[in-house]
Amino acid sequence: MSLFRRNVNGARRHPMAAVAVIALGLIVSGGGYAAATAAVHPASNSTAADTQLVAEGKKLFLGNCASCHGKNAAGEVDANGKQVFPTLIGVGAASVDFQVGTGRMPAQASGPQMMKKTVQFTDHQIAALAAYVQSLDPTGPTVPDAKWLDGKGDTTRGGELFRINCAMCHNAAGAGGALTEGKFAPGLNGVKERHIYEAMITGPQNMPVFSDKNLSPDDKRDIISYLKYLEKNPSSGGYELANLGPVVEGLFAWIIALGLLVLITMWLAAKSN
Amino acid sequence: MSDKPKAIKGAASTSDEFDYSAGLAVIPADKIADPGLEPHHVRMTDKSKKHEKAAARQVALLFFVSIIGSAAALVIYFLFPLSTTEFGPVRENTFWLGLAIALGTLALGIGAVHWAKTLMPAAEQAEARHQTRGSEETRARAVEIIKLADQESGFSRRKLIRRSLYTALAFFPLPGILVFGDLGPNPGSTLRHTKWAKGVRLVHDPYGAPIKASDVTEGSVFHVVPENIDPEDHDYLEQKAKAAVLLVGVNPEDLTIAPDRKGWDYDGIVAYSKICTHVGCPVALFEQDTHHLLCPCHQSTFDLNKGCEVIFGPASRPLPQLPITVDAEGYLIAQSDFHEPVGPSFWDRSIN
Repeated sequence: MSLFRRNVNGARRHPMAAVAVIALGLIVSGGGYAAATAAVHPASNSTAADTQLVAEGKKLFLGNCASCHGKNAAGEVDANGKQVFPTLIGVGAASVDFQVGTGRMPAQASGPQMMKKTVQFTDHQIAALAAYVQSLDPTGPTVPDAKWLDGKGDTTRGGELFRINCAMCHNAAGAGGALTEGKFAPGLNGVKERHIYEAMITGPQNMPVFSDKNLSPDDKRDIISYLKYLEKNPSSGGYELANLGPVVEGLFAWIIALGLLVLITMWLAAKSN
Repeated sequence: MSDKPKAIKGAASTSDEFDYSAGLAVIPADKIADPGLEPHHVRMTDKSKKHEKAAARQVALLFFVSIIGSAAALVIYFLFPLSTTEFGPVRENTFWLGLAIALGTLALGIGAVHWAKTLMPAAEQAEARHQTRGSEETRARAVEIIKLADQESGFSRRKLIRRSLYTALAFFPLPGILVFGDLGPNPGSTLRHTKWAKGVRLVHDPYGAPIKASDVTEGSVFHVVPENIDPEDHDYLEQKAKAAVLLVGVNPEDLTIAPDRKGWDYDGIVAYSKICTHVGCPVALFEQDTHHLLCPCHQSTFDLNKGCEVIFGPASRPLPQLPITVDAEGYLIAQSDFHEPVGPSFWDRSIN
């Protein structure tokens, strides 16, 4: 207890020293506690909010999704071992946000492909469902950070990546295209940045997955920027005919243009009245 | 016709007025009779002055519209100036300019045709074709001229000139053989080989980053080229076009592997040539759920889980598979080149 030990010349420490030390101790410990609670408090608060959101999501899930995906979200396997309804464990919040946020889920009817339709839930309900599915397996992909969705990436690079990785199905102008047996790659014009990103990381339906190791978040940002650039810059070459390419152009030339020429020829040869 | 030749024996006469040589044509006995000319059609403009005047006004109006179109084109050219930096103005300029010029041309043409149809004489006229065969006199005269030319030029008489000319003509095309020979060389073995070889890394198209096996998650698709192609090479595009590969990660349990292809995949990661075996379009439309690979040109469909066998469409062979493995650092590498020529089928499947 050097604090109370007399010093070499016998004089005691300042009488207020102990008071100062106690005050300091109180301030440090009290401040530390306050700081610690300040640090912990919002976290515990958000956990509570999360728990509430997950609980709300679970309720929504049981009411709207469980009839196909099962009460435990594990999907359904038929007698032959074929997965008839997919499991949602591990698909992540990104997948839910995409499927429900574009109206594809809840599905209206089974068919070659689940169609985009009017969104059935509010943003808050979608977030709740996403939180619930994420809570089933926290390793699933999450809703992307807004910084990848600003559309301010390198459009040239995005265009090149899009043409190599996406254009074979979605068309070089993002107009979409046909696949096998009634399935199709949807057009990308007007699709929200967030949903484009989520489709790439989750691979909905027949779309392959483009993980961050395949296309980095920066690559994805560039691709989104390119698609948004296309939306703002319509074709300068004339009427696009929905950008669907040679089939539509050929149909137009053969039926409309050639038909017009045939009519003109008939008029040329007809006798005047 | 005074110099009417005699019809060749056996040939049918096709007209009451003229005798034609039918030549080698087959004339069927039950030939459809010539219906002759249609009865004359009297137009309103022939019958009434009022209609005639109206038609004249219509023609003049069409020509006037043509003037407006052409004049508008002149104005439009300056109204929508072209820009050297933007495409938008090009669209405006070409669209309106095209529309105005079309109006000018079409109205001019329609006016001319309308004039001819309504106001010019409409009496039907028959004009017979002349005979193909010349008259006897013409033929005799032609022979005479040829004989005279031969006599005067001395072509038959001067053997030295004639034979040297023949020889010169025979030599003339010979240099062409060498010149056209330079259009080659023959493709040799280039159709049978790509840049893939043992140990060549699979890299991302187009930025060339190598790919770790652990990065290829189930359901992901990578567009891949060999690392040893160099954009500086003169044949870079040819090499890239031949060697393009689609790398897909699938659940190893779902793969049906032929006995001679054991070990060609790496833990459910398979690599197939992207060049369709039908006519060489890039096959890259991969459906994750059905594991179908679709060619966009003619809808050939390949089942990726079953060695890319053809399940639909005009392709006759599976897509060639690239045997892959990993190197010491975990990056994907090729075990060898493809075991068969990539791309459209041709007569010889050997790779030597």
